[in-house]
Amino acid sequence: MTYKYESQRVAFPYFVAALGLFAAQILFGIVIGIQYLAPDFLFPAIPFNIARMIHINLLVVWIIFGFMGSAYYLLPEEVEGEIYSVKLAWLHFWMFLVGGATAIVGYLFRWHDGREFLEQPFIIKVAIVIVVLMFIFNMVMTMIKGRRRTSITIVLLIGFLGLALFYLFAFFKPDNMVMDKYFWWWVVHMWVEGVWELIMAAILSFLLIKLTGVDREVAEKWLYIIIGLTFLTGIIGTGHHYYWIGTPEFWQIWGAWFSAIEVLPFVAMIAFSLRMVSLRSRKHPNGAALHWTIGTAIVSFLGAGVLGFMHTLPQINYYTHGTQMTASHGHLAFFGAYAMIVMAMASYAVPNLRRKTGEIMSQKAEIFAFWTMVISMVCIALSLTGAGVVQSYLQRVLATSYMETQSHMGIFYGMRLFFGATFTLGFIVYLYDFFLLKRATSR
Amino acid sequence: MNKASARNMFIGATVIVSAIFLYMTVLSIKAMPARANTPQLTEEVAWGKKVWEKHACIDCHTLMGEGAYYAPELVNVIERRGEAYVRVVLETAAIQGWGTTRKMPQFDLSKKDIDSLVEFFKWMGKIETSNWPPNIEG
Repeated sequence: MTYKYESQRVAFPYFVAALGLFAAQILFGIVIGIQYLAPDFLFPAIPFNIARMIHINLLVVWIIFGFMGSAYYLLPEEVEGEIYSVKLAWLHFWMFLVGGATAIVGYLFRWHDGREFLEQPFIIKVAIVIVVLMFIFNMVMTMIKGRRRTSITIVLLIGFLGLALFYLFAFFKPDNMVMDKYFWWWVVHMWVEGVWELIMAAILSFLLIKLTGVDREVAEKWLYIIIGLTFLTGIIGTGHHYYWIGTPEFWQIWGAWFSAIEVLPFVAMIAFSLRMVSLRSRKHPNGAALHWTIGTAIVSFLGAGVLGFMHTLPQINYYTHGTQMTASHGHLAFFGAYAMIVMAMASYAVPNLRRKTGEIMSQKAEIFAFWTMVISMVCIALSLTGAGVVQSYLQRVLATSYMETQSHMGIFYGMRLFFGATFTLGFIVYLYDFFLLKRATSR
Repeated sequence: MNKASARNMFIGATVIVSAIFLYMTVLSIKAMPARANTPQLTEEVAWGKKVWEKHACIDCHTLMGEGAYYAPELVNVIERRGEAYVRVVLETAAIQGWGTTRKMPQFDLSKKDIDSLVEFFKWMGKIETSNWPPNIEG
């Protein structure tokens, strides 16, 4: 398979930028992983709060790069027409990259706002909105000009519109902390447990159609089931963030019931993937892409579904809220759902975009990287689960002081750092394969 | 089930849960003055929140359990440590930082900033958090 539309090639720089920022994210992850064990590391030049905001902001930026690249690759094939404006795609690519880089470097010089994950200074927030609107404009025009309207593109568009819409709540900064946090979650929760899942499910459907050759009708029916379950459970599921932050107690009941079934869309994604593979008429030569595709369904189920469910009930969350349990769930959920779906799309699309297009080279290195990264991230999550259990018990049950509790958690932080190192190793193999090995052979 | 009925279920479910969610949001906002002591939210408290944000405190500490887990919970810090101790920490941090193992960096905190932060923590401590945290240690 090669690319069918010239404008699809604009997706390539998006994947390159995503991988570059991912590398930087991992680097800062290692920094804070070390700081947990050796707090003086890089202190006071890069204190924990700065390194941590860089680690997470880079994640958000590279995932959005990956989403946009995925969209630019799949749109022409879906709508059967070129992208409306490749120039515009390049323009907002550079705007986003320069804006993102400015924000990250600015953080190092203490130029930041102060709400978790939304540390972007006001002007950067405005730039982000403009970039996303430029992208959405390009997407809508491509869809209007295209010959075909598919459910995948419509769901993808709803996802991006939601991403833009809910980000607007980042501009709302009331003096009342309870009000602040209430609507802060409209950005954070509505993104990652709402509209981003639509983007993920749309990309997943596209990939499964391409990799299995199964009829589009089947895939698109599943797509609607998955996103129906996402919104059915996830919107009121926001309530699991409203247990202890000054919001009314009815959220404990509503949050518990709805977030307990937030696992369903992830179960549906696994069922969907396995069903599609069982129906396939041919074996696609791109085995690595299939690894990432099935992998994203399974690991997101483990990270978002299982680890999320573990501490979503108020009876448990009362003790685990604000401990390393959340970090554990966050790592595996983000990696499984959003990092892996972007890697899946990169794995599928990039061979089609290279000079010797459509040729699948040896994938041994990539598949080795896949297993190394997946297993490492599962182990990172398990290490942090251990830390979370110890912390919940000592601090919340036995009322041991915070620092005393932390002193008993070193072993888990050590394990986390070790698996962070093996994860990095896997990623280096991935990059070597992506930039050197495949480039050399695809000349 | 075919594609059209799956799509209609998606639309129907989204409309219904969104309506319920918005109604619960209205109820939550109505409950806020009582649960968050809005009348006691003075200008000093508001300034304290700005100082809190200026130094990205949330990226090490947690506040009502939300934040970065690298440093202690602060919603009940006045109750746990007492106002005098909190002042000493902030005044020392303004000069040279604080702590022995995991250190708080030096922050430029004026007298007004410190007073406001203390007022902010006092106000936070009065929020009705449904008995969270489970004990004084946060």
